[in-house]
Amino acid sequence: MDAINNLFPNLSAALDSLLRRFLPGTVVDIVMMLVSIVTILLLLPVVFLIMTYLERKIVARIQDRWGPNRAGPWGILQPFADMIKMFTKEDIVPAKADKIIHFLAPVIVAALPFIAFTVIPFGRGMIGRDLNIGILFIVAVTSPAAIGILMAGWGSNNKYSLLGGMRAVAQLVSYEVPMGLSILVIVMLAGSLSMQKIVEAQSGPGNLGIGWFIFAIPVGPIAFFTYFFSAVAETNRAPFDIPEGESEIVAGYHTEYTGMKFGLFQMGEYVSVFGQSCIVTTLFFGGWQGPLLPPYVWFFLKAFAVVFVFMWLRGTLPRLRVDELMGFAWKFMVPLSLANIFLTGILIRLVQIIS
Amino acid sequence: MSVPLTYYLILGAAVFCIGLYGALVRRNAVGILMALELMLNAVNINLVAFSRAVTPGLLTGQVFALFVIAVAAAEAAVGLAIIIALYRSKRTVNADEVDLMKG
Amino acid sequence: MDIPLLVFLALAVVTVIGALGTVLMRNIVHSALFLIVSFVGVAGIYVLLEADFLFAIQILIYVGAVATLILFGVMLTRGVRGEQPQLNNQFLPAAIMAILLFVVVLVPVILNSIWPSSTQQAPTATTALLGQELMGTYALPFEVAGVLLLIALVGAIIVAREH
Repeated sequence: MDAINNLFPNLSAALDSLLRRFLPGTVVDIVMMLVSIVTILLLLPVVFLIMTYLERKIVARIQDRWGPNRAGPWGILQPFADMIKMFTKEDIVPAKADKIIHFLAPVIVAALPFIAFTVIPFGRGMIGRDLNIGILFIVAVTSPAAIGILMAGWGSNNKYSLLGGMRAVAQLVSYEVPMGLSILVIVMLAGSLSMQKIVEAQSGPGNLGIGWFIFAIPVGPIAFFTYFFSAVAETNRAPFDIPEGESEIVAGYHTEYTGMKFGLFQMGEYVSVFGQSCIVTTLFFGGWQGPLLPPYVWFFLKAFAVVFVFMWLRGTLPRLRVDELMGFAWKFMVPLSLANIFLTGILIRLVQIIS
Repeated sequence: MSVPLTYYLILGAAVFCIGLYGALVRRNAVGILMALELMLNAVNINLVAFSRAVTPGLLTGQVFALFVIAVAAAEAAVGLAIIIALYRSKRTVNADEVDLMKG
Repeated sequence: MDIPLLVFLALAVVTVIGALGTVLMRNIVHSALFLIVSFVGVAGIYVLLEADFLFAIQILIYVGAVATLILFGVMLTRGVRGEQPQLNNQFLPAAIMAILLFVVVLVPVILNSIWPSSTQQAPTATTALLGQELMGTYALPFEVAGVLLLIALVGAIIVAREH
């Protein structure tokens, strides 16, 4: 039982001791780091492929239609068909576009969400590096995506792209504020910024999930609400998808992108949706904790449940208008999260006084 | 400290001088603002390096650097607002052409 | 050649190249992107100096907010689509002389001074300590900085508003 639960930490310790017999110490450290980096880098595109298939099926079923069912049984080979299409499409660069900026923008937008996975705890003892500024590192590393989007809008030499890019950046920057404030509530409850400590602070009695921060009435659910909707807005998902609104300004900032570069934008978006789901499960749903099943299985189950809610929202809710979107952020979410922090402080102090 | 203090100070001095060159020589007002941000970053490197070298347990330099970051952000915001207002009325951001008060 | 020194050299090269790109590029959008490179280099230097909270704040504030603001400013004030005919103003030779003078004085001072140093260990988690200092010893500057940011916010909105 314990062997299955600690499968991956045991494998990595075995590899480490095997390598130490042949190679000097520092080289082994570097090789182990590379192994964990490569594992994450291999895992995420696979998750991306699964998510593209899930999205199309789930949104289709919500809209009372079948979804892809031609490519393979139940359409399972559809992601591979999409991949082949992306790779073989012609790469068109607009005439007067700034070539370097046009090239770099999808690279930045696609690469940034991967960095956040360094500090996500996939299981007991399975974390890239347990930084003691864990959650702050994630917030810091997902903020330059705004620059990538602005570069995409500017580098296409197209007024609609630029407009879409500016609106997307305004949305991203506005929703970072309630996101950070909700994280502050969790940090206050857990007493640390480190992701493993946040997970361990949620271990209630008997592994039954009582200690999860989403059940920390009354501040937990409010923090979950503000964080979750900020995350939906940060990843430009419906109902906050004005930037890529297909029926509004053509396709916003990625209008002029074809083939693999568009594929990179899609990968960036889906990987960041998965990243935000992982963060939500770590912060609010107890991370990898759970009875019976191994920790990493629980983690992926919870993360995919949150991904399912993301896709459910996309299929169900209509798009918000851009002024409604900004008004929602500044006039509702920010005061709510500030009041939440205040309430959390008072409650923590009361609990300290009582006990 | 594994890397000697003087190395950090030289790096800070280099970035500061490059920023000073940019602030003195650029015509575009936004370019001048960017050079200003470089100078503030160089100052921050110095502050944190000294804090780490001289009194590692006190973190005074890091607190100072935090305040410098906050004030630099505020100053960038107001500076850009002024530049945008200027652009709206005179259609130029060339710092040499804004000389209404010249004697 | 130990690893921290190599890492410092790499980060220093990145920072200086970013700085040079900022002040020497003709196209102002490229200038702004080199500024971002320089910010990331400085963030790396903070990690080397064991200032972990400051590293996150540098990326979050400078790259995530200030650089975005500067890019917006650049994009809203571009005149004709094309680069400016002349990059530098008429003070170029005077500026170069002034800076050379500055460097000639500064570098020997840095190299020949005897800096006080301490072999104390740096704290590994600076966040809690910084929080205690900000709320304790430096509570007044903290409040003043808050008011300053509010004034800057309101002022920037009023100045840049369309009438």
